[in-house]
Amino acid sequence: MEEQQDQKVVPKLDVPASAPREQFAGNAIFDVRNTSIYYGSFRAVTDVSLSVYEHEITAFIGPSGCGKTTVLRSLNRMNDLIAGARVEGDVRYRGVPLYGKDVSPTAVRRRIGMVFQKANPFPKSVYDNVAYGPRINGIRGKARLDEIVERSLKQAALWDEVKDRLNKSGLGLSGGQAQRLCIARTLAVEPDVVLMDEPCSALDPIATGRIEDLMQEIKTQYTIVIVTHNMQQATRVSDRTAFYSVLRDDKSDTRTGVLVEYGPTAQIFEDPHDSRTQAYVTGRMG
Amino acid sequence: MMTTTSDPSARSVDLREPSGWRRSKNQIMTGLMYLAFVIILIPLAFVLVTVISKGAGVISWQFLTNGTIPPNVMPVGFGGMGAAVVGTLEITGFAALIAIPLGVLGAVYISEYGGKGIIARLVSFMANVMTGVPSIVIGLFIYTIWVLHFGYSGLAGSLALACLMLPIVIRSSYEMLLLVPDSLRQGSYALGATKARVTLTVVLPAAIGGIVSGALLAVARAAGETAPLIFTVFAVEQLNPNLFSGPDTALPLQIFANAQSSYVGAESRAWGAALTLIAIVFILMILARIITARFTRFSR
Repeated sequence: MEEQQDQKVVPKLDVPASAPREQFAGNAIFDVRNTSIYYGSFRAVTDVSLSVYEHEITAFIGPSGCGKTTVLRSLNRMNDLIAGARVEGDVRYRGVPLYGKDVSPTAVRRRIGMVFQKANPFPKSVYDNVAYGPRINGIRGKARLDEIVERSLKQAALWDEVKDRLNKSGLGLSGGQAQRLCIARTLAVEPDVVLMDEPCSALDPIATGRIEDLMQEIKTQYTIVIVTHNMQQATRVSDRTAFYSVLRDDKSDTRTGVLVEYGPTAQIFEDPHDSRTQAYVTGRMG
Repeated sequence: MMTTTSDPSARSVDLREPSGWRRSKNQIMTGLMYLAFVIILIPLAFVLVTVISKGAGVISWQFLTNGTIPPNVMPVGFGGMGAAVVGTLEITGFAALIAIPLGVLGAVYISEYGGKGIIARLVSFMANVMTGVPSIVIGLFIYTIWVLHFGYSGLAGSLALACLMLPIVIRSSYEMLLLVPDSLRQGSYALGATKARVTLTVVLPAAIGGIVSGALLAVARAAGETAPLIFTVFAVEQLNPNLFSGPDTALPLQIFANAQSSYVGAESRAWGAALTLIAIVFILMILARIITARFTRFSR
């Protein structure tokens, strides 16, 4: 851990938008600056700024409706699929504006994969599920695909359980296996970043443990951003934690998500600088 | 299985349905359900039994393949319905070839591409309206725009049947595409798939079973239609293997023509043709089921 940099990250919330980029330079994968996300006229998240670093696991925590999933989905342009969704502000991936004019969402998603809350294996065989991504990227050779499928399933710690049923339906797997299949499917395209939207919320503790171990193993090769409702999970797996909260305006009866505090996980949980963070992580709120 | 009788404490809890009005209601409703089932079966069984008992005796290899439909006065045993069998297969087959791809593409447009746009809503609305157009009106429509210029032909019949099938295919395919969970689309998008990829490799395969069922329903409906063919195909008595020129014939037309006759031979031929038509549709259904079973083997 680079302590020096961590020290800078915490007060970064107050840094104005015009601050020189060099200040956050380093191994940042994502640089989100003063970003607000709208669904139609509803402002789901207001003025989020944070950086995500390479080969780290960054956790987004916070109560329901605080916009953590919305921010996550803006990182690989999945929000584009929702009619009326709009991102304002500066979201950079390796220095390139993600919402630039000539950026193709398809190209973005090939580099930045996503695992969803509910396992969503395709109604295809286990093999075809994993080979799906490589195939749409133009990989055709049987030997090459076999190798990718085996490697991905091994990375996802699923190979031993499914190696004899690669030609059976992916829908026949248990909840935990199905989620690991979805992770293997994501890893098969060798993404740069894996976004995970509450990947364990439907799983039992054993399956959750396996996926957490798996995250630790693959973070040497990938960068992971995970949304979780489970604060223990955030402390167990993540290097950095961002705490989001809901800001209510009683006058206009609107609510919006805000990023309250972002820093190294240990600091967020043991020495939160914001009283709202403290209330949340100690269980007094949310 | 544990025996409950050996344990006296097991009897102290009564887990049976309480008696009284609630149980009676259950029994009444169950009874009504069986009754409804039987009532539905009556016409179906009646039709099948009648057609088979009156038509089975006529069916022979000669009846199915002989290309000359004899005059009404001839008794059973002369000629056959081969011309009508070939006509029905050709005309319905070509209609399916036009209507199914067009209908599925239309449904894909409405559900995947059109969104809430004006074109998608227009296509959807027109499909609904077309479902309600009487088949004879469709026959007259093709008569006016096609037959008057190019003459009677199997192709004209195909066009009329395709008009009839199109809205059914669009509606049923659209409903099936709506049932495909959005999470599958998102999973595919998240791997960097383009919209066309998502549609072709995830959405359509997931919906293929239902789409085929809907298409079959349309084919079965079209194969039995008489009215649109009267104005477009004409009913000749000789085999016309060329779909694209000259008047043709089809099983429903021959059922219609022969059943009107008072001659015993013609009446029997009408029953035979009816049985043949039912058998053709039945065989098509089974074939399509076998083919789709292959596509949908991973959906459970």
